[in-house]
Amino acid sequence: MSNSIMLDPTAEINPVEKQILPRLETLSGATVGLLDISKPRGKEFLDEVEKHLVEMGATVKRYMKPTFARVAPQELNQKISVECDAVIEGLAD
Amino acid sequence: MNQSSANRITVVVKKDCPTCALIEPVLAELVDEFENRISIYVQDDPAFPESIDSKLDDTSLEFSYNNKIETVPTLICFSEEQEIARTVGWDKGEWQQLTGLESLGKELIDFKPGCGSKTQDPGMEEKLSAQFDKDLLQARKVELAESEDEMEACFDRGWSDGLPVVPPTAVRVIRMLNGTDRDASEIIGNIPPDNLPCTVEKVAINAVLAGCKPEYFPVVLASVEAALQDKFCMHGLLCTTYFSGPIMIVNGPITKQIGMNCGVNALGQGNRANASIGRALQLLIRNVGGGIPGGIDRAVMGNPGKYTYCFAEDESDEDWTNLAQDRGFERSDSVINLFAGEGLQAIVDQQSREPESLTKNISNSLRSVVNTKMYGAADAILVVSPEHRRVFRQAGWSKQDLHQALYDNLMIEGKEVIRGAQDVAEGMPAKFKDKLLNKFRDDGLHIVTTGGNAGMFSAIISGWVASGEKGSQLVSQKI
Repeated sequence: MSNSIMLDPTAEINPVEKQILPRLETLSGATVGLLDISKPRGKEFLDEVEKHLVEMGATVKRYMKPTFARVAPQELNQKISVECDAVIEGLAD
Repeated sequence: MNQSSANRITVVVKKDCPTCALIEPVLAELVDEFENRISIYVQDDPAFPESIDSKLDDTSLEFSYNNKIETVPTLICFSEEQEIARTVGWDKGEWQQLTGLESLGKELIDFKPGCGSKTQDPGMEEKLSAQFDKDLLQARKVELAESEDEMEACFDRGWSDGLPVVPPTAVRVIRMLNGTDRDASEIIGNIPPDNLPCTVEKVAINAVLAGCKPEYFPVVLASVEAALQDKFCMHGLLCTTYFSGPIMIVNGPITKQIGMNCGVNALGQGNRANASIGRALQLLIRNVGGGIPGGIDRAVMGNPGKYTYCFAEDESDEDWTNLAQDRGFERSDSVINLFAGEGLQAIVDQQSREPESLTKNISNSLRSVVNTKMYGAADAILVVSPEHRRVFRQAGWSKQDLHQALYDNLMIEGKEVIRGAQDVAEGMPAKFKDKLLNKFRDDGLHIVTTGGNAGMFSAIISGWVASGEKGSQLVSQKI
């Protein structure tokens, strides 16, 4: 690993920086995951977010990390990516 | 004061060179004579020569590279800031003449050759070029974060076909560019589907990604030029829902020079030239052209040859024309041919010892190209194995004889293959009912030879269903 420099093999019509995925155009009909990171009061916060999302026509699925101290397990990431169109990771405290 | 026309001199040395060590007293004499009009550059050890105080550190090799030093010691004479003469190694007479000092080095032997400059160390030239030739490379530089893995970074940025690529550093790209005399900034054409201009440099970057060696680069460049020929229809080939992709057949002396495979497993894995040349074109179309599967590339299934599909032809039989000759080139020409096709279908024949039987068998298989009831739709390449070629050759057949026999065998009455015939809805339009049809349009069937010497198997590469003027035709490009 180093500060390597590569030459761009593309036609350079897109920015060098990695791009975020395309955003959803509407929440209506979308499945949105709410990921509780296992910090205190996360549930209450996400309950409120869920209410708003449902009002906007989204289907909500709830997930929880085993512990906030570690990154989410791969199985959980894969499960969310298969089941949801978007995910909101809920902080707390 | 000396009598030289030079008003300033420069000497380049390295400690590791015995000749440079030999002339240390000469350098001291020159410093005495030229005082502040002499520069002594040292390539390896800035402390050398110990007897001289005012030497210059060129361990970066910037001066040596910019002044094209190939040998040490090198003596360069300047007049009015212009180089007027140089000499390399120790040649007493020349040094005396160039410096105008008649007794210079009089204690030394007359002649001792120099050593290679550090700029000439293996791999050094490209490193120095990357560092000091500011204008050589124009491509945007992508700096990775410290925590990024080079290989993963290429995947992350979408530069890969799904397999690992070689990270395109400046040094690697310069090495690739050394494989051609063409200028890095030359525009080779507009790459579909986005039709954006592509320089030789961009081709080189993608050839690096693909794993090519610099000696393959002329073949890669020719493959791009072939793909850009209008009649190849690269744009349509990329966009189609059909299986096809570009397939490369390389002819001529270059196949041996760069070690391409035309023998055992020629269409399979294991040969770097075959594999990486075919891949380079695909990566270029992806990266410069923007041809991304699921984006513009709408293939319903694709085919594994869209990673790479490139092989050389067996040209061991002097009396059997190669594909390039069939396209009007000389046997001594190196040529790349591009065909829009896919897959490989086997034709087993271990029994035929007569060309008539073998041709009939091959013809039966060729009828299955695209659909047994479609005629004149797709082109094809018949890949004849060396053992099958032997059957024809022993009977005195030329490739033209084989072409003619296949043509004769591949005629059919339209009524047998029109839509609805044989209780199958697909087929030729009803208007062909009373026509005599051939499986292939004129110039739609090509014959090549490749493969190992054991195995009485030939094969078919089926063409794009949109073959001919309505779609793609085989193209050839001299390398």
